[in-house]
Amino acid sequence: MSIKKVRQHPTQNEPLIFERSQKGRIGYRLPKLDVEETNLDEVIPEHLRRNDDLDGFPEVSEVDVVRHFTRMSTWNYSIDLGMYPLGSCTMKYNSRLNEKVARIPGFTNLHPLAPEEEAQGALELMYRLQEDLAEITGLPGVSLQPAAGAQGEMTGILLIRAFLDKRDGEASKDRRVMLVPDSAHGTNPASAQMAGFTVKTVKSTSEGLTDIQHLKQLCSEGGIAGLMLTNPNTVGIFEKNIREICEIIHEAGGLVYMDGANMNALVGVARPGDMGVDVIHLNLHKTFSTPHGGGGPGSGPCCCSAELEPFLPVPRIVKEGNRFRLDFNRPNSIGRVKAFYGNFGMMIRALSYIYTHGAEGLKEATETAVLNARYIAHHLADTFEKPFDSDCMHEVVFSHKKQARKGVHTIDIAKRLIDYGFHPMTIYFPLIVDGAMLIEPTESVGRQDLDAFIDAMKSIAKEAEENPQIVIDAPHTTRIGRLDEATAARKPILRWKPDMESMTKTA
Amino acid sequence: MRYIPNSPEERAEMLKVIGLSSAEELFRSIPEDIRLKRPLKITEPLSEPEVIALMENLASKNTASQKTSFLGAGVYSHYSPTIVDYLIQRSEFFTSYTPYQPEVSQGTLQYIFEFQTLVCQLTGMEVANASMYDGSTAMAEAVLMAQRITRRQKVLIARTIHPEYIEVLRTYTKYNETEIDFADFDEETGSIKQEELQKLSDQTACLVVQSPNFFGVIENLEGLAEKAHSVGALFIVVVTEAISFGLLKPPGEFGADIVVAEGQSFGIPMSFGGPHVGLFATREKFVRQMPGRLAGIAYDKHGNRGFVLTLATREQHIRREKATSNICTNQGLMALAATIYLETLGKRGLQEVALQNAQKAAYAKRKIAELEGYSIPFSGHTFNEFVVRSPKNAEDILEKLLKEKSIIGGLALSRYFPERKNDFLVCVTETNTKNQIDNLVDCLKELR
Repeated sequence: MSIKKVRQHPTQNEPLIFERSQKGRIGYRLPKLDVEETNLDEVIPEHLRRNDDLDGFPEVSEVDVVRHFTRMSTWNYSIDLGMYPLGSCTMKYNSRLNEKVARIPGFTNLHPLAPEEEAQGALELMYRLQEDLAEITGLPGVSLQPAAGAQGEMTGILLIRAFLDKRDGEASKDRRVMLVPDSAHGTNPASAQMAGFTVKTVKSTSEGLTDIQHLKQLCSEGGIAGLMLTNPNTVGIFEKNIREICEIIHEAGGLVYMDGANMNALVGVARPGDMGVDVIHLNLHKTFSTPHGGGGPGSGPCCCSAELEPFLPVPRIVKEGNRFRLDFNRPNSIGRVKAFYGNFGMMIRALSYIYTHGAEGLKEATETAVLNARYIAHHLADTFEKPFDSDCMHEVVFSHKKQARKGVHTIDIAKRLIDYGFHPMTIYFPLIVDGAMLIEPTESVGRQDLDAFIDAMKSIAKEAEENPQIVIDAPHTTRIGRLDEATAARKPILRWKPDMESMTKTA
Repeated sequence: MRYIPNSPEERAEMLKVIGLSSAEELFRSIPEDIRLKRPLKITEPLSEPEVIALMENLASKNTASQKTSFLGAGVYSHYSPTIVDYLIQRSEFFTSYTPYQPEVSQGTLQYIFEFQTLVCQLTGMEVANASMYDGSTAMAEAVLMAQRITRRQKVLIARTIHPEYIEVLRTYTKYNETEIDFADFDEETGSIKQEELQKLSDQTACLVVQSPNFFGVIENLEGLAEKAHSVGALFIVVVTEAISFGLLKPPGEFGADIVVAEGQSFGIPMSFGGPHVGLFATREKFVRQMPGRLAGIAYDKHGNRGFVLTLATREQHIRREKATSNICTNQGLMALAATIYLETLGKRGLQEVALQNAQKAAYAKRKIAELEGYSIPFSGHTFNEFVVRSPKNAEDILEKLLKEKSIIGGLALSRYFPERKNDFLVCVTETNTKNQIDNLVDCLKELR
């Protein structure tokens, strides 16, 4: 009964901080106020001040806080702990060196509105990163301002919109169709909508590629503003017809935006700019290993052709001699997408990653990421249904088709994988594969771990045949079991309140 | 490459297993003519000491970071307890992702739930999300949300909102037929002119007001919600200096429908403008129109309490182009930093830090006002920022302060308000000592 014992351990039952709070506990000390005090009523009159004494706000000691978060942290799976094959998310190693350099006081204590001549190092760093990203993508115009991938997408689509409006003038209003493949990330159509486009869906072929015939047909219907294409696409396959696809869109008068979520499969091997792509966003937190941080911060630079460059967000960083300055005078710019200049802290980490790898290391990372995925694909192809025959790039998709016959579905396989010591893969995405399991090992996994993962998957498949219930009831080893998400959504409890039920629900 | 576990021999073996003889063959599906045939023009790999030296060198060129500074305007220098940065660097927090699998993500989900609660308590609102990119994008998303709820496109916003926030709003609403109208401020008080509220109409989606506003002036929010509601519009309050929540009456008590804020002040370094964290809170009745992730309570079959991401049907991965926003990755780790900061300071700490900001700024404001030639143009009450009118061009004065005295004295308002040539914005926080303030005052006196 060791599992039960662990559950009862205080470290496994850390309450909410509000439940831990004890009146009068203190976790901080500030220097004493060193100026003459002004009568508070003169500074801020009572009617403008809060009178609730921050009711319900926690009162805890420093030790309480450290234990609280350390205990909770142990309930998370993480890259540092093991393989985290979350497809499309690129959970590669986040080096401590990057963390260290991002914390140099000359960076962290720098105010964004500091005079430019006093912030030359930051501007130079951004300029260097822009140059490297331009080289990696083959697209010369780079803005680091977008805060995350979805905002980078939106920026890219706004560039297209601004370009078309300028090129076509009034006639641009008849060009409002953004084509998005059925395999795309949900952020694509959502971003297109935010730029005022109507989304039309392009079908995929049975090979897992964009259906060229369907694409042509949609183009012949007219009004094409552009196409949003992920490449390698979301099933992990390179769109080998990419040049033809770009030509079709260009002929139809539109532009091609590439979702760079999977750029880690191409760095050093092929460049979107050479394929005919007009604009791409990158996820620094995927391809360039800035930490995912439990859901951010991301950073979503936007790289574009010279033609689109005048439309990039303001300010732009320009180099004049040996000096760097911010250029706000860009009459064609789409404007700002974020206050200040983007997630600068993530730019430091990304540049540190690039410099640590160098050109050869970046290529090695790409090759290894693809090799690892291909290795998994090879070993699991007989065990799980692999809906597409084509060679995969950095990630591989399987379905639950074989296991579903025994009542074991993707969700069950994912949960059972936890019992084997792995983080689950991405599940039920892309939507075009029924019961999809999208596996992305990244380059940060060695052969032993890949073999262990493959063994685990095979073992789960065997269990699905012989003892499906053990898979269906998984996970068995975590401190909590599967949670009732339906009830959570029906009667949402989204914050703590003083009268709330505590840790265990009493029936 | 030291981040890649496999040795060259292992790589060769693995290639052989999958039937290939070289790494090049891994990319057979990429047509030859679009393959890169040369190495990237990027530096040779650098060793750890080389990277550190290079970064130290770049950082040393950021001379502003070492100087006494009175800059605010949306980004603030505050003390952050040591444990904040230590705890967010636990592997389990910083090398995990969005908690899609709750059984192995309870640490993240529980702190998000605490973060949501803290944001509700601070703002006086009923529900809050798991974070937005920053204050500026949170405001833009709040306006889009108000437009969805009211099915109206007109927006009335105070002129005293952070100018960069307004620029972001313009970008976000450029293509959805938004009409932005401004409510001007009173030159006397520096706060919103009451008669400007007559611009509210039955076409208005929302009234947006920042408090403390860009000039540092605390807006009296009393009655604004009623005015907005009387025409069917929502009332949105923006806060760029979140420490003010420790002292000022929360917008929720003034009837706000949506409150957005920049949370950088809660233990997050300035870092040249990011990453920071956007706070977003609203009323329960609007929760299904809210952007972003939400964590909620759920139970397993044994009755154990846990947390899950919930109400996902609002989001892009389910609703695609009909989603409430395109946001996916948010600012998780920064929300964690804010959570740890707020819990460490606690009730008393947040109150004390807010009070110190108000007191120190009041002291500086009084001392500067006493200087001959200088004045405080706005009579409105302020928190930790205020506008100073100097006897001559503010840019010149600030330039001299910097060059001759090594002090960054504040922000010349001409950056955003070209006509306000003699005005500059001064911010004083708990990190500014009395000596620094007295020194600033002396130098201003000398330079006038």
